[in-house]
Amino acid sequence: MGQYLLLRHREIPNLHQLDVYRAHGGFEAFRKAVTSMTPADVLAAVKNSGLRGRGGAGFPTGMKWAFLPNDRWPHYVVANADESEPGTFKDRELLESNPYQFLEGLMLASYAVQANQSYVYLRGEFWALAQKLDGCIAELEKAGLLGENLFGTAYHLRLATHLGAGAYICGEETALLESLEGKLGQPRLRPPFPATHGLYNSPTVVNNVETLANVPLIVEHGPDWYRSFGTEKSPGVKIFSLSGCVNKPGNYELPLGTPFRELIFQHGGGIPNGGQVKAFMSAGASSTIVAADDAALDTPMDYESTQNNLNAPLGSASVIILDDTVNMADLVQKTVHFFKHESCGKCTPCREGTFWMNRLATRIAAGQGSEKDVDLLAAVARQMQGKCLCALGEFSTMAVVSGIEKFREDFLHK
Amino acid sequence: MNELLSKYPQEVQRILARYPAERKRSAVMPLLFLAQAEKNYITPQAIAEIAEIAEVSATEVASVAGFYTLFHEEPGGRYRIQVCTDLPCVLRGADRFLQELKAYLGIEVGQTTADGMFSLEEVKCLAACHRAPMFQLQGDGQITYHEDQTLETVRALVEELRARAGKEA
Ligand SMILES: Cc1cc2nc3c(=O)[nH]c(=O)nc-3n(C[C@H](O)[C@H](O)[C@H](O)COP(=O)(O)O)c2cc1C
Ligand code: SF4
Ligand code: FES
Repeated sequence: MGQYLLLRHREIPNLHQLDVYRAHGGFEAFRKAVTSMTPADVLAAVKNSGLRGRGGAGFPTGMKWAFLPNDRWPHYVVANADESEPGTFKDRELLESNPYQFLEGLMLASYAVQANQSYVYLRGEFWALAQKLDGCIAELEKAGLLGENLFGTAYHLRLATHLGAGAYICGEETALLESLEGKLGQPRLRPPFPATHGLYNSPTVVNNVETLANVPLIVEHGPDWYRSFGTEKSPGVKIFSLSGCVNKPGNYELPLGTPFRELIFQHGGGIPNGGQVKAFMSAGASSTIVAADDAALDTPMDYESTQNNLNAPLGSASVIILDDTVNMADLVQKTVHFFKHESCGKCTPCREGTFWMNRLATRIAAGQGSEKDVDLLAAVARQMQGKCLCALGEFSTMAVVSGIEKFREDFLHK
Repeated sequence: MNELLSKYPQEVQRILARYPAERKRSAVMPLLFLAQAEKNYITPQAIAEIAEIAEVSATEVASVAGFYTLFHEEPGGRYRIQVCTDLPCVLRGADRFLQELKAYLGIEVGQTTADGMFSLEEVKCLAACHRAPMFQLQGDGQITYHEDQTLETVRALVEELRARAGKEA
């Protein structure tokens, strides 16, 4: 085993080719599962590994699969390749360079819940990647790894891609399912949850691309091996997308629990032009702004520590670095504009709230805001909290509230 | 007559085959991409034809086309240069790049060059933040990424596409 579990293409040339992936043990986990494990065995392995969803919420993957009722069929698995959170670019690298590991994970998930048809939902901008995945799927059919009576068993499985067309909200799993059904990408009221009423009203698992890419390793090497990486409550490795004011932006695969400082300075090469790190965001534009003091930099990047120590989610682990040249009012104007643009308009607090926050933030960033505007901006954000139909509305308030609280001067003296 | 169906029978069948037979509506978005590949925008005729194939009303197809930013209801340039000016890219010079590009093309965001070749648009994060400045090029039914861009690289691309179009004419 090399340095990488997920970004293995960095060590193995041409891993995106089926013969190369198979020469390195690819699809042995799938063969083993279908020929010698029950679906419940596969599910148990994933559950015991402690794998948590890499798409943002960190929900235990095995538990999610176990929610599917066995008295309603068919079941579906839908891979979430919408990757649209500002600062996130990890799934794209996996899809581009190690697509078969992801597809094998999707196939194992499908077997575990006995789905016979699964989908990959990609953001429309990944048009070229969808073409490549279609090619991969055709190769798998040709090789007899997808289709009828796999390995001579009764199990059959088909995969298909589905392209979105430019809408951040389609990353939210119920909006994604609406979009896959050919409708507007607007979140559904919950309950019921996708586990019981998902795609076409059938029991459905939605998992992030990176989550699924972990599954072949867990099935192959076992849950205990997987737990040897990361922390007790956040086992395994994670791909951190590092962006912003840093010398070496990029994807870094590290054990969960690695401190922010190590990511930023050791792997990311520190701040350009001898600058100082002023703040960072841990989960893209949706996250709170964290003032980069020593305690924050030494915080381990796992789900619990980030939330408990920094009051910020780890989310999809999209770490945006802000140096001392960045004014937080400018930053907040950017994030708020993003959410105003991406609000699906279904519920009033989010639709109206993002509209007003954008007006105020734009005025303040232009240096035309008063102290009253700054307080009003924070008040609008707080009023939205807890009132929106989906998490997008909540996300839109995070940078606003934390930014004004921690960097008020930036807003008053533009 | 359904022009989309008669022109692309295989593609339409391949799209429909991805979904359960009674879930044709799922084909609306792939069919919109197919229709847009031809004219670079969605015509009212295409809306009606897609509605017929997917067995939904034209109003429903039109509302889907209107909801998603990659579907265009107005003809723009043959190629849409969509520059990411979201937060991480701006922290790495995307604003400056956009200014240079505007000056080079001689148009503002939302406009199209006089030869009808290029429209300029600003878009949100494209999952390429580590390779800013960057843009995607939408046109001829394709979407391609162009990362780590400078005025020189984009100029070379624009000249190449103009030369290619000149040869076709
Ligand atoms: C506004 C919004 C956008 C989201 N975008 C994505 C996304 O691009 N990719 C993703 O995997 N999950 C995204 N999620 C999370 C999904 O709803 C869902 O939790 C996830 O796909 C589940 O997969 P996991 O358990 O493997 O993480 C988003 C959630 C919200 C509220
Ligand atoms: S919170 Fe925003 S994005 Fe979510 S459903 Fe309401 S309007 Fe749509
Ligand atoms: S912010 Fe431009 S690609 Fe992510």
